[in-house]
Amino acid sequence: MHAAVVVFPGSNCDRDVEVALARSIGRAPLRVWHRDPGFPKVDLIVLPGGFSYGDYLRSGAMAARSPVMGEVIRRANQGVPVLGICNGFQVLTETGLLPGALMRNAGLKFICRDVHLKVETAASAFTGGYAKSQVVRFPVAHHDGNYFADAGTLKRLEDEDRVAFRYCDPQGRVTAETNVNGSLGNIAGILSEKRNVLGLMPHPERLADPELGGTDGRAMFDHFVRVLH
Amino acid sequence: MSANEITPEVVAAHGLSADEYRRILKIMGRAPNRTELGIFSVMWSEHCSYKSSKRWLKTLPTEAPWVIQGPGENAGVIDIGDGQAVIFKMESHNHPSFIEPYQGAATGVGGILRDVFTMGARPIANLNALRFGAPGNPRTRHLVAGVVAGIGGYGNCVGVPTVGGECNFHAGYDGNILVNAMTVGLADAKRIFYAKAAGVGNSIVYVGSKTGRDGIHGATMASAEFRDDSEEKRPTVQVGDPFTEKLLIEACLELMATDAIVAIQDMGAAGLTSSSFEMASKGGLGVELDLDAVPQREQGMTAYEMMLSESQERMLMVLKPGREDEARRIFEKWELDFAVIGKLTDTGHMVLRHRGDIVADLPIDPLAQASPEYDRPWTPTPKRAHLAPADVPAPNDIPGALIALIGSPDLCSKRWIWEQYDHMVMADTAQRPGGDAAVVRVHGGRKALAMTSDSTPRYCLADPVEGGKQAVAEAWRNLTAVGARPLALTDNMNFGNPERPEIMGQFVGCIRGMAEACRALDFPVVSGNVSLYNETNGRAIPPTPAIGGVGLLADVGRMATLAFKAPGEAIVLVGETLGHLGCSLYLREILGREDGQPPPVDLQAERRNGDFVRDLIGRGHVSAVHDLADGGLLVALAEMFLAGGIGAEIAPPEGTPPLHAWLFGEDQGRYLLTTRDGDALAAAARTALVPARIIGRTRGDGLTVRGERSISLVELRAAHEGWLPRYMAGGA
Repeated sequence: MHAAVVVFPGSNCDRDVEVALARSIGRAPLRVWHRDPGFPKVDLIVLPGGFSYGDYLRSGAMAARSPVMGEVIRRANQGVPVLGICNGFQVLTETGLLPGALMRNAGLKFICRDVHLKVETAASAFTGGYAKSQVVRFPVAHHDGNYFADAGTLKRLEDEDRVAFRYCDPQGRVTAETNVNGSLGNIAGILSEKRNVLGLMPHPERLADPELGGTDGRAMFDHFVRVLH
Repeated sequence: MSANEITPEVVAAHGLSADEYRRILKIMGRAPNRTELGIFSVMWSEHCSYKSSKRWLKTLPTEAPWVIQGPGENAGVIDIGDGQAVIFKMESHNHPSFIEPYQGAATGVGGILRDVFTMGARPIANLNALRFGAPGNPRTRHLVAGVVAGIGGYGNCVGVPTVGGECNFHAGYDGNILVNAMTVGLADAKRIFYAKAAGVGNSIVYVGSKTGRDGIHGATMASAEFRDDSEEKRPTVQVGDPFTEKLLIEACLELMATDAIVAIQDMGAAGLTSSSFEMASKGGLGVELDLDAVPQREQGMTAYEMMLSESQERMLMVLKPGREDEARRIFEKWELDFAVIGKLTDTGHMVLRHRGDIVADLPIDPLAQASPEYDRPWTPTPKRAHLAPADVPAPNDIPGALIALIGSPDLCSKRWIWEQYDHMVMADTAQRPGGDAAVVRVHGGRKALAMTSDSTPRYCLADPVEGGKQAVAEAWRNLTAVGARPLALTDNMNFGNPERPEIMGQFVGCIRGMAEACRALDFPVVSGNVSLYNETNGRAIPPTPAIGGVGLLADVGRMATLAFKAPGEAIVLVGETLGHLGCSLYLREILGREDGQPPPVDLQAERRNGDFVRDLIGRGHVSAVHDLADGGLLVALAEMFLAGGIGAEIAPPEGTPPLHAWLFGEDQGRYLLTTRDGDALAAAARTALVPARIIGRTRGDGLTVRGERSISLVELRAAHEGWLPRYMAGGA
């Protein structure tokens, strides 16, 4: 399979996700610079973490309007899987490919720590490597990860099984104490209607290597090889 | 009086003494104009010239077979094998951070990053050493919040992990906090870039952000003590733009992959003045700058403002002839300003043109060489009375004393701080904050770098020589405790007003102790920074030589951590315990006293014990390792318990000092180890002539000193994790 990582000025987790992808799929993903003309034909598009264009405006707002995103939106609408991690998730909500918004963390501070996540659905190319209700540990590192959507949108997400991950404790209990950033419904990641777009705040690529203290993230990348061609 | 007239008041306002002004007149052969005077003032400021400290810094050992570049360049460079080099330095941003904590700390991080990538390294880790005033001081909370947010705001955006550091509180820093930032970078050993200009006629190129009116006279401000007017100095603090810094890193590294650069220098303190001066001076050349070509953020800037601006995220380069367009394309790709603003000449002068006039003409060599160097008078710090363990009262309750210590501002968990720093970006952080040293993998291989920052100012205040030794030894010990071979250090010397002989005595004492330890431990100084005049209304900070150490692990898989790993293992105490309580945290936190002498550092024992421990780690003979420092044995055990969630029971062996002195004494050169085979370890220690005793076993879910009540993980964790978040939320 072939993957592409979109690089905006200010992206800073592009290399991290490239390393994780290469480890699982056996070949380095392509890097697509925000101004590159044309966009390669790929089986997966990744929007990495970072501070695209500095994020001095709302996080992800500038990147969402960058020329390269026009093509990403087209591909997503054609069904190409798109994974947005952290800043990538923020960009996806700003483009409208995913509903809702990521507001400032409820504690108003940047948070970098490992969190436990409950896998809410295994029905997607991104989460098929996990079992439903499995608890995984990924790190978060963000200032604006407080997921918000109106009541109608939330209901649709729940009814259509589109909540991918929720913040929970090591036993899988989803509580107010485990809600690291104030997200509605402890939501850490959501899927698009066609289930081919995933946005999540935690970083699976940061715990995909035993020497970094965990490998729970690896199953996501390993699974791509099985389902994407 | 004309605006350009140089009166004694104008000279004094530039931080120059009457004697220094006489030197200027001699060098120039005429009275300088305002712009020229401004240039002298920044170049001769303490911050840029090291005029009070140079004489003593020269006495530090700076060489070893693995040192590629010692002090004198933007940062130090060491060889880590396989054609790779590590470039690192620590630098202070104390004065600006006190005035404007967020921007002061943020631009401190930006500045030290530039010092490292200007030499060709990709920054791979940041650390910081922070000292704040007493928690009860009304400004402390605001300063902690601002500094931490500023460090995080900059480092997180740039995408370099902030992996370690230290943070203390003491009333001695009420009027002058310390914010010391360190960057470690990785480079190709054959592609190190220097500031030495060469090639008459070569273009001088300006890249990065535009020049604005911010930070004018920052270097001069940082070279004076505070009075009650520090608030008014806010305009001298710069504003950081980490996004531009990120672009600048990528653009510079992209250009550095070609061979177009002759010399490169970041614009730090004293901006354009200092960078162009240094490049020309190191190359023995002259420089001609056209200030109209300098990218400017606002209109109508004068030559004086442009030369003294400390706008951030700017670099100056000398390019090979004909390579300008290639370089320009790279900077345009990254949407950064790029301007040819002058050329190198053979005149030995710095000539500045602005709006058709020559606005300054200064001889470079005489200015650089006649830069004042002082042998300031100094008096040795008087020796304090020794405090015998038997003369220090025992606590009413040993578990209670541990709970109080582990929850005290200096020993409590700093999680509230480091969770605001992205410490994992770049996906190579193998040991996160909270251990003895951070460990960051060298990308793509098995090797890893250990890094730490250490200083114990209360020891330095009591006895600068022993305190200087201890700071170096502790950094060396922390690197050893994760299994690394310590390679070199950077020092950030924070002191009060050097014009006072007792302060100068502290500086000289610390340097002497550091030099002795560096020699004994084969741990040279490769870079550093001096911050003087850290005093307010005549009250100086405790002497604080912050040591940033870097070590190498051949295999990241062999790294040691402090967490207890399994029940039933022997706990071995390595090193000699006399129960030294002078200057200890036990004395200060439990008894409210700060007297006595600091623990002496036996450098031979330090080295012997450390080499023994490192060897055991390398052979995989130990399961957990922790060095003993602030708070002594019981605090170290508690930290191992907290990290691993497995309890322990210990009892003092025969012939030890009084129980409280054994548990809380801060004797140096010690480690705690766990192993499955305690007897084999003890035998190996006997062979190596290293004092080592089995003091207990890991077991259960509590920490127990025989004969005392057991302390639960919940109780210990509540104390350890509780204080800082509670304090920052407005409680105490």
